[in-house]
Amino acid sequence: MSTSAKGLATYHGSTPTCKRAAPGASLLDKTAEGLATGTLTAIKRGVAMLCLCAVPALAAASSIPAIMPTGDLGLVVERASGSLLQVNTSRHAILRRIEGLGDLSHASLVFSRDERYAFVFGRDGGLTKIDMLSGAIVKRVIQSGNSIGGAISQDGRIVAAANYTPGGVKFFDADSLELLAEIPTDSKVVGLEDSTDNRFAFSLWENSHGEGEIWVADLSENPREPRITKFPNIGKQPYDALISPDGRWYVAGLFGEKGVAVLDMWHLERGVKRALPDYGKTDPKLPVYKMPHLETWAMVGNLAFIPGVGRHEVVIVDVSTWQQVGAIPVAGQPVFVIARPDGRHLWVNFAFPHYDTVQVIDVEARQIVKTLQPGKAVLHMEFTPRGEAVWLSVRDANRVEIYDTRTQSKRTELPAQAPSGIFFTPRAHRFGL
Amino acid sequence: MGPPALAAAPGPDRVKELTHFVRQECGFCHGLQLTGGLGSSLTSAALRDKPSEALIAATLYGIPGTAMPGWAPFLSVDDASWIVNTLKKGFPQ
Repeated sequence: MSTSAKGLATYHGSTPTCKRAAPGASLLDKTAEGLATGTLTAIKRGVAMLCLCAVPALAAASSIPAIMPTGDLGLVVERASGSLLQVNTSRHAILRRIEGLGDLSHASLVFSRDERYAFVFGRDGGLTKIDMLSGAIVKRVIQSGNSIGGAISQDGRIVAAANYTPGGVKFFDADSLELLAEIPTDSKVVGLEDSTDNRFAFSLWENSHGEGEIWVADLSENPREPRITKFPNIGKQPYDALISPDGRWYVAGLFGEKGVAVLDMWHLERGVKRALPDYGKTDPKLPVYKMPHLETWAMVGNLAFIPGVGRHEVVIVDVSTWQQVGAIPVAGQPVFVIARPDGRHLWVNFAFPHYDTVQVIDVEARQIVKTLQPGKAVLHMEFTPRGEAVWLSVRDANRVEIYDTRTQSKRTELPAQAPSGIFFTPRAHRFGL
Repeated sequence: MGPPALAAAPGPDRVKELTHFVRQECGFCHGLQLTGGLGSSLTSAALRDKPSEALIAATLYGIPGTAMPGWAPFLSVDDASWIVNTLKKGFPQ
């Protein structure tokens, strides 16, 4: 079929599916206007074909064009079924389901610099390389027993995975997934971030002395022999970290005490400094039901907007002084605080039990301008590259919702099985994502 | 609190809710397969030899000094007893 002038796509017949479709799975196609013009597809059991060999038939039956630029593609993690949905962010369409990725609870992924490949880090230690053009699994290795996330080097040649069990970081050749080097630790590794000059920074949750550490691995000279700089005693229980968009500041949040640990990647010799002495868990009676995510601390000018830990507020930090300069009360414990790419609005989601809610904050006014209730449980939000739309994963409703960020109203929704992380390919060009 | 095995069992609807709750909310830290993550493993093998009372208390009131929060605002003692006993037997999908 041909794609219409509006770029609208309809599916007929079987939904293109890599490997075998889950029994009863169906993809309802959607157009840019949110019109359900397609047919619900009954995916037959036993269709055990790989996308590669099925391309000619599927190309005729689906919306996947013969030439497919990757700049408006993305992947949605279906956490319970170990699958990914490949999506198109211009057409608001699901292209295909990619299956066979193991345990994808808390899975994350990074993209190659050419936006052709995705590297998926699964909870079961699986590292899977996916071709965004064909939807095929190019390579899959089980690299540890229990993994939490990963990063990709500045030059795009090295993929790094952070592991819980056994603790440590492993580095892989991005082409072949050959193991290049391994840094064992005596702790779970969290907050692995890529920085400038082919360096990676990561944190140790708790070493054998009960202390947190920050390590920097420099792979600029020889990817097979990382040079490691260790910063011990940086605080108790760093639980996640972020790298600033320029790759300079590595900031680890602390769970076991107040404050954050800050490392200037331009000046490792200056060591790790503590900042935000009042930031963190304050009240032992205020349990933290889900660790906030720091990877995407929203930065607007000199201000960073970060989730309060265990508190119903978004904390405002002036990063030129590393002082807290304000707080915005919100509906629950924030998990992600994400700035629209232009920085005008923040979108915030929340931990259990307020995870059915999303709030939009006007940065200038520092006020909530919209409270949305997409349903249980909004796990992740991802903006399109210039931010005209934001995609929300609504786990228990089994759908992804797409909002117009100007009106903060829903434009359309797409079916997905227990969706969690949403990742669009322009992440390829940013540090820390 | 009596022995966990004698606690009033949650009804079928509540069991369905609790099953989803454990897989999804506990799964954030303990893994969807409950094989551990930031939190410890909650598999049958990992929990079998631990006292149920301590596990129920940890579920309801958290573990100080760790990231484990108390879930008492959302779970009754019977709920927590059912969760612990079911985890020990091997949690259903």
